[in-house]
Amino acid sequence: MKRMGIVCCSVLTLMLLAVPLLAQQSPATATPSASASSSAASQAVTDKLNQLEQKVNAAQSSADNAWMLVSAALVLMMTGPGLALFYGGLVRQKNVLAIMMQSFALMALITVLWALVGYSLCFGGNGPFIGNFHMALLRGVGALPNADYAGTLPQSTFMVYQLMFAIITPALITGATAERMKFSATLLFMTLWFFVVYAPMAHMVWGKGGILNASLGGRFPTLDFAGGTVVHVTSGVSALVCALYLGKRVGYPKQPMPPHSLVLSFTGACLLWVGWFGFNAGSALASNGLASSAFVATHFGAAAAAIGWCVAEWFKNGRPSALGAISGAVAGLVAITPAAGFVGPMPALAIGFIAGLFCFWMVTKFKSIFGYDDALDAFGVHGAGGTIGAILTGVFAQTFINPIFGDGKAVGGLDGHWSQVANQLIAVVIAWLLALVGTIVILKIVDVTVGLRVSEEQEVEGLDITLHGEEGYNLEG
Amino acid sequence: MMKIEAIIQPSRFESVKDALLEIGVEGMTVTEVRGHGRQKGHTEVYRGREYTVDLLPKVKLEVVLPDQLVNRAVDAILKSAKTGKIGDGKIFLSRVEEAIRIRNEERGESAL
Repeated sequence: MKRMGIVCCSVLTLMLLAVPLLAQQSPATATPSASASSSAASQAVTDKLNQLEQKVNAAQSSADNAWMLVSAALVLMMTGPGLALFYGGLVRQKNVLAIMMQSFALMALITVLWALVGYSLCFGGNGPFIGNFHMALLRGVGALPNADYAGTLPQSTFMVYQLMFAIITPALITGATAERMKFSATLLFMTLWFFVVYAPMAHMVWGKGGILNASLGGRFPTLDFAGGTVVHVTSGVSALVCALYLGKRVGYPKQPMPPHSLVLSFTGACLLWVGWFGFNAGSALASNGLASSAFVATHFGAAAAAIGWCVAEWFKNGRPSALGAISGAVAGLVAITPAAGFVGPMPALAIGFIAGLFCFWMVTKFKSIFGYDDALDAFGVHGAGGTIGAILTGVFAQTFINPIFGDGKAVGGLDGHWSQVANQLIAVVIAWLLALVGTIVILKIVDVTVGLRVSEEQEVEGLDITLHGEEGYNLEG
Repeated sequence: MMKIEAIIQPSRFESVKDALLEIGVEGMTVTEVRGHGRQKGHTEVYRGREYTVDLLPKVKLEVVLPDQLVNRAVDAILKSAKTGKIGDGKIFLSRVEEAIRIRNEERGESAL
């Protein structure tokens, strides 16, 4: 009965549509024969429906494309000027240009690598660990969508959006090597790191057939909406390895090394917060309800983490600081990154608050216990925040936000799917191992070829003058 | 002729300047400096790392005056620069042998 009703309704609708169509298309023709006119009419209806479907698809595609192009630009803004200002303010005055230059150089370097082979290595083919060379030189990447990824977007949009992630990830590591690594060494290190660590990890989590992929046939389906493991765990853990391998800055920790301009850092952190909407909400790869949900979760996570860090600081030091507030917000943004498209606002607040407290402890306590010189806390914020965020995503992911495993199937632990937490842990362990081993090998290679550290004289004089021949501030000039 | 060098709290500078202008001091040289006496700085905390900042920002004000104006000027500075707290600064007096106005080579007190 129900089916009959549907059929009747459809026929009626078609007829209703046909009336104005006929009127429009053949106002002058009389009715030669009843059967001929009805078959012509149904042909016209079919054509019109096809046209309408195309138009609906085109409209959806252009809406999605508009949002995704904006998102791509927002994510680029996170590196420059966002991260460049954030890190730039945290270093000493004599190294401000050197650290900003590293972020900027990666905007150029990774883009070229991406165009040549990078995109293909991340998203080509369907291997379990890494892509292939089928899309090298961006062959076949143009206005048509790639059926495997973001079916409503021109593949160029998807490609350039993913590129922005590949840029900021290595740029995060420069926070650990700040104020002492050679510029040449940085370029070589980042090139190798992109191939050895980033490309495999991105393919494993987001690529078709990758072993951690949640929706395209992964062996251990991992929830990583916008790059908790791919971006933050890999870069954060590599940052720790770099800090340990490079050793401390001259004079650390005896000599005071306060940030030279928290005003720059503050501005940078605010740009990061805004840019992160493109990072997380954009990872919906469409302008839809999921994007809105991820946008909301991102914002709430950042806010709760800023409060978490400040509360901890207020208790411990008796004063909340501006640097604490912005560090907390960034830690929250990191932690909410894998969860953004899987949790509602309340879990987002919880994840943010926990990340704020945890990263505060990592940066203030853990670091001083072990005594490594992670100059700008790339590990304490991104490694630690990314790890806890990836695990908490497995706990808090909600089916009603994103039924990624099929309608009605539980996604996260609190929904009853606790084995998801195990999958998250597997992904975290793989990301840690890949980052640890890959980074040690790369550091060794760079060390014996171009050398990692600047000379002690250069370090004392500052990298701006000695590596780049300029100064950040010529206020009297 | 005497030179008065007063190292004062930056926050007191405007009122010291006004007090000097009021008693007829016509020129002065002012420098932003850093230093400490018994105050010994303060502590700053960045991501849990504590730094003791022992050199604090101060303002150094230099005026060269005819002898008869010196005592009144010192009184004016004392009155306007004092907050009563540690870190208020110091005043140094020294004798000046000669003053020359570059524009017309006037010498002595008339060059002041």
